[in-house]
Amino acid sequence: MPSLDDLKKRIKSVKSTQKITKAMKMVAAAKLRKAQENAEKGRPYSNKMQNIILNLTKSINDPENAPKLLVGTGKDKTYLCVVLTADRGLCGGFNSNICKLAKLNFKKILNEGKDLKIITVGSKGLDQIRREYGKYIIKKFSFKDKKNITFNEAEIIGNEIINLFQQDQFDKCILFYNNFKNVITQIPQAQQIIPTESKNLEMEEDNAFSYEFEPEEDEILEDLLPKNISTQVFKAFLENAASEQGSRMTAMDNATRNAGDLVDKLTINYNRSRQAAITKELIEIISGAESL
Amino acid sequence: MSEKFVVEIISPDKLILKKDVSEVVLPSFEGEMGILKNHIPLITFLRPGLIKIIDETEKKFFVEEGTVEFANNNLLILTSTAREISDFDQNSLEKIINESEKKIKNDKITDKEKYLLTYKIDTLKNINQ
Repeated sequence: MPSLDDLKKRIKSVKSTQKITKAMKMVAAAKLRKAQENAEKGRPYSNKMQNIILNLTKSINDPENAPKLLVGTGKDKTYLCVVLTADRGLCGGFNSNICKLAKLNFKKILNEGKDLKIITVGSKGLDQIRREYGKYIIKKFSFKDKKNITFNEAEIIGNEIINLFQQDQFDKCILFYNNFKNVITQIPQAQQIIPTESKNLEMEEDNAFSYEFEPEEDEILEDLLPKNISTQVFKAFLENAASEQGSRMTAMDNATRNAGDLVDKLTINYNRSRQAAITKELIEIISGAESL
Repeated sequence: MSEKFVVEIISPDKLILKKDVSEVVLPSFEGEMGILKNHIPLITFLRPGLIKIIDETEKKFFVEEGTVEFANNNLLILTSTAREISDFDQNSLEKIINESEKKIKNDKITDKEKYLLTYKIDTLKNINQ
């Protein structure tokens, strides 16, 4: 049985933890609104970009000579996995969900006897993946000191991916991130960006007419495909940022509620012990008086 | 029948403009290009220059690069560099011009880059006047 003093200390400490989680929840809620807005604003760009590429792809008449970024190297040997996570913890299952999905895929790739290369973005993912797959990590990025992720950061990663591709370092590139559905649901996703996966793209039916191109299709594609890589990375960034805040908000909300429950329980315990102590004292006094 | 079509300018982080307009002039890679309603489907990309959006009032945007798709009377401009020219001020303009002029003097740049930079400088100088 803990003493009254111990209980009092415990209640005080839980209460101050609750204050912290409550503050974090409110900060996350404010940030979430902005991140969500950004993610929603960013969606049209990447969707339309994909659409244009799809339209272009359909009108290519010579698939043999099509740009490698679009159709792949024709091999299926080395995989490059880009894992996007947050730089901060305390956001529920956000980081571990991405890592879980990524690790599942790593296992599959290695089991099939293929080569694996990993790029991590964000320090939390790096920590989780390093333990098991440390030797496969070829590059790590972290934008901890940046307050807002802009297109520039996405371009740094995009250019890195394209550079590696041009040096023939990998055949397929997969992006791992959390897709923001709503505040409570974030779905970890694996998206293949090189070669462009056309079956994942939704096609609008009335879009099936032939285009006039200026200059030639190939030239446009060559210009557009590297841009598309950065755009997809940027989209993943935005979705991730919104998911992180949403996940943190839910986690902190739960933590605040749990702390409240704990305080209630401890307070009841405290009051009981206090009453027991008083009763004990009374009994002692009464029995002392009686014995006189 | 109205003679208008929809133009959308989208940057990676937001929708810059969505409007019913009667004519748009684009600095396409191979020359200026005017687009009216019922243009045939088209995909092209942009060099540095001005996008002119003509309605009752005229709006001008400066772009450095971008991709354009026209289909179903929907003009889509994807660019990460669009800026309305009224947003520019004298100082920042001159700074960008100076930087570009420095770059163009560098011998290492390719013909294509040179071509693009020339247009960038010309357009900016025009705005500056």
